[in-house]
Amino acid sequence: MSTDAAGLGRVRASAFVAPALILIAVFLVFPALWVVLLGVTNYRLTGLAAADPEFVGLDNFVSALTDGRFLDSTWLTVQFVLGSAVIGQAILGFTLAKVLHGRVKRFVEGLVILAWILPSAVVSFLWIALLDRDSGTLNTLLGIPGFPWLLDHPMLSIIVFNTWRGTAFSMMLYGAALGNVPPSHLESARLAGANGWQQLRDVIFPHIRGHILTNLLLISLWTFNDFTPFLLTAGGPDGKSEILAVHVYKVALQGGELGYGAAVSTVILLINLVVAVFYLRLLREQR
Amino acid sequence: MAAIELRGLTKVYPGGVTALDSLDLVIPDGEFFALLGPSGCGKTTLLRTIAGLETATAGSIRIGDRDVTGLQPGARDVAMVFQDYALFPHMDVTDNIAYPLRIKKVARAVRAQKAREVGERLGLEKLMDRRPGQLSGGQQQRVALARVMATQAQAFLFDEPLSNLDARLRLEARTFLKKLQRELGVTTVFVTHDQAEALAMADRMAVMENGHIRQIGTPAEVFQRPANTFVASFIGSTPMNLLDGVVRGDTLEVAGCRVPVPETAAGRLADGEKIVYGVRPEYLSYAAEGPIAGKVVLVESLGASYLVTLEVGEDLVQVTVPEGREPELGEAGCAVPRPDRALVYRDGELV
Amino acid sequence: MTGFVVRRIGFYTFVAVVLAFFALPLLWLVTAPFTDTPTYEVKVPDFTPANFQAIVEHPYALGSLVNSIILAVGTAALVVLFASLAAYALSRVRLPGRDALLYALLLLSSIITGTAAMVPLFQLAVTVGLIDSQLGLILILTGGLLPAAIFMLKDFMDSTPKSYEESARVFGASPLQIVGHIVVPLVRPGLATIAVWALANVWGNFLMPYLLLSDVEKQPAAVIMYTLYTEGGQPNLRLLSTFGLLYSIPVVLMYLFVSKKYGFRFHGGIKR
Repeated sequence: MSTDAAGLGRVRASAFVAPALILIAVFLVFPALWVVLLGVTNYRLTGLAAADPEFVGLDNFVSALTDGRFLDSTWLTVQFVLGSAVIGQAILGFTLAKVLHGRVKRFVEGLVILAWILPSAVVSFLWIALLDRDSGTLNTLLGIPGFPWLLDHPMLSIIVFNTWRGTAFSMMLYGAALGNVPPSHLESARLAGANGWQQLRDVIFPHIRGHILTNLLLISLWTFNDFTPFLLTAGGPDGKSEILAVHVYKVALQGGELGYGAAVSTVILLINLVVAVFYLRLLREQR
Repeated sequence: MAAIELRGLTKVYPGGVTALDSLDLVIPDGEFFALLGPSGCGKTTLLRTIAGLETATAGSIRIGDRDVTGLQPGARDVAMVFQDYALFPHMDVTDNIAYPLRIKKVARAVRAQKAREVGERLGLEKLMDRRPGQLSGGQQQRVALARVMATQAQAFLFDEPLSNLDARLRLEARTFLKKLQRELGVTTVFVTHDQAEALAMADRMAVMENGHIRQIGTPAEVFQRPANTFVASFIGSTPMNLLDGVVRGDTLEVAGCRVPVPETAAGRLADGEKIVYGVRPEYLSYAAEGPIAGKVVLVESLGASYLVTLEVGEDLVQVTVPEGREPELGEAGCAVPRPDRALVYRDGELV
Repeated sequence: MTGFVVRRIGFYTFVAVVLAFFALPLLWLVTAPFTDTPTYEVKVPDFTPANFQAIVEHPYALGSLVNSIILAVGTAALVVLFASLAAYALSRVRLPGRDALLYALLLLSSIITGTAAMVPLFQLAVTVGLIDSQLGLILILTGGLLPAAIFMLKDFMDSTPKSYEESARVFGASPLQIVGHIVVPLVRPGLATIAVWALANVWGNFLMPYLLLSDVEKQPAAVIMYTLYTEGGQPNLRLLSTFGLLYSIPVVLMYLFVSKKYGFRFHGGIKR
C-alpha cells in the first residue's frame, strides 16, 4: 500500500521534517559529538588551557578510569540504580498496581503520582525538611531527634528518596500491562488450582515480559542520569553520595576541568548507548 | 457520467509484487460493476488505481473522454466510499456531506443547502447535526453515500461498502444501494469479496485472482457458466462439484460412474482425454436411480432446502434437495445432473 | 476464615505504610506556608497570610514564575509544532533513510541527557552567545525534547487511519488542506498530550536553566528556589515553603485537568 495518503510528496515531506532535524542536530547531536572531541583535550573553564586547549589523547580517559573518585562514583551510581530503580520503583510499582483496587486505589495512586509530578526543586526541599536532624518529621516520629540521616546515610537517603519520587511511572506502566492480561487465562489457572504465586509466575509474568523489560530499562536510564540527588545531598558528605551525574557537574563546571569532565560524560554516553541498544535489541526480538 | 476504460493496466509494488498484471476492462456509462475475488487478488488495488491513490506502473485509464492515468485523485472527477466510510469524526453530518463542496470553494450557505437536499433524499434529515460517532453503522454508510452524491462525480468507486454492516442490515443496504444506483445512473465500480453480494447487485462483474481477471460477465453468465475452475469454485453459496474424469467415447467416466457428455461440451472432446466434470449442487437432483450412485454421508439444512453429501467412490458429491424430501443418513442414492447445466473443464478452462 | 482475616489485616497494613510513606514528605508543603515562622517541623498551621505577602514582596519570586511560564509555553509550542510536522511526514511518506532516522532518534532521545551533554551545551551556549538568553534556552530544551516527542507523535499518527486523508484527497483537497482540515483535528488529543508532557518537563527542569541562565531576572522558579536564603546563609523557610507551594500548584492543576479530560491514559508518561 502506498503510504503517502495525503499526496504530500517527498519535497514537502522533507520540508516538514527539516526544522525538527536542524534543532536536534544543533542542540543534541552536535553537543554529543563535541563532548567526545572535548574529552581528548585538556580544556579548562579558566586559565591558560582555556585560551589554547591542547590535544591530550586518551589521557583524560586513562586518568578517569584510574581515578579512585571516578570509580567510587560509578560504584555509587550502580547502587543507586539497583537500589532505587530496579528494587525500589519497579517492585513497589508492580505491587501497588497488582494489589490496589477500588477507592483505596484512586487515593493511593493520587499521592504516588503527586510525588512524581511535583518539580524536583520542591520535592528535594520536602525531603530535606522530612530528614532534618533536629525538627524533621521522620526523627520526631521515630523519637530519635538529632539523627543526621543525610550525613550518616546519604546513599540510603537518596535511594529511598528516588523510590518515592519515581514509583508512579512503574505503577502506571504495570497497571496498563496488567489490564491487558486476559482474565480467561487467570481464570483457567485458578480452575487448575494455581495459587497466587503460581498465577503470577505462569500467567502474569509471561504476559507482561515486554512491559517489564521496557520499564526496567527506561527507569534504569533515567535513574542513571538523574541529577536531582544533587539537590538533596550535593554529592556529600565527602563524596559519599556523588553519583556520576553529580560527579560530572562537580569536576567540569565547579572544578572547571572541562576536558576531564567531557571524558566522564563520554563514558556516561557510552553506558547509555550500550543500555539503549541492548533494550532495542530485546524489544525487536519480542516482535 | 462516463465510461471507464482500462488498457494494459499494470501495478507493480516496490519490492516486486505484481498486484495488477496488464488488465483490460471497459465499463460502459451507467453500469453497476463488481470486482470480486479473494483477499489479495488485486481488486482493491485496481479500485485505488482508478481513484488515483495508487499510481499505475504501466497502461492507461480513461474516464469519459479523458486520459486520467497521470492525474491526481482530486482531478479525476471520481468519488469514493471507503470500507470504513472515512467520515471525518470531528465534523457533523452536514459538514461531512458538504466537504467536497468546501474543497470546490462553494459558499457556505449553498453548501449547507445542498447537503440538506442530499441528506433528505437518503433519509438523514434528522441526523444532520450529529457526529459520525453518534450514528449507527447503517446511518454512517448512508452519510458516506450522501457525501459522494454531493460531488456529482463522473463515477463512483465503492470499496467493500457493505462489509462493516451486520448481516441483516447488509441485505437491506444491498437493495437500497442498487436502487439508488439505478436512479442516479452514475457509473459505479464496487469491490467485494462476497460473491452473493456481487451476484445480487452488479449489472456485470469481474472475478479476479492474483492480479488477473479470470472472467467478466453478467451475474447469470458467471454463475451458470464459470469460465474456469477457479471461478467455478469461488462463485456460488455452495461450492460447485468438480470431479476428475476421463472421456470414454460419448460418456465421461467420473468418480467411477458413467455420465453422459453434457450438451455444452458435445462434440468437442477427444476419447481418453482427462477432464474435470463440474456441476452445481443446485443443478443436480436426488433420485433412487441415476448415473452417479453413492451413499448419503451428510445432510445439512439450508433452510428451505437441504444439502446432501453423497460418497461416490473416493469422491464427495453434493446435491440440493427440497425440504421434506431429504434422505436418511446411510441411504444409498443417486445424483442426476441437468444436462444443459453440467460443464466440462479441460486444463482448468471451460470447454 | 482466619486466613481471610489475616490477609485483610496484612493488606490494610501495607496500604497504611504506603500511604504514610508517600504522604509524610508532602505534609510540610501544605502546613509550612501557612505557619507564622515555619521550621522543618510539621505543625498545625495558624493560617497566616504573611508568608504569601512576603513572596509578593520578594523582588524575583513572582517574576520567576512568569519566566517558568515563558520557558514552558515557548518550549511546548515549538515542540508541538516541529514534532507534529516531522511526525506526520515520517508517518505518511517513505523518505529515504526514514527507518534509520527513526532508530537514531529513538537512541538519541534515550542516551543524550542533560547529564551527559551539560559540558558541551554550556560551551555551545557561551560560544554562540546564547548564555543568559531565554530564547536560547527554549531552543536547547526543544532540541532535547524533540526526538521523544516525534517518536510518540509518530506512533499516534500511525494509528490514525489513512482513509480519512485519502478520502479528502479523492474529493480534491490539496495536501495542505488535508493537513489543516483533517489531520490536525484528528490528532488533537496527541498534540495535547505532547504539549502537556513538554510543559511539565520544562516546568520541573532545574539543571539546564541553572547552567545557562545566570541573570536572576531571567531565571525560572526552579532556580529561584535555591536563592531563597537568609542573610545568614540559612534557607529562608518562610519563602521557600510558600514559594514551593505556589510553584507546585500549576503542575497539580494541569495533572487534574489532564486526568479528567483524557482519563490519564498511559502515553509513556507525562513527565521526564
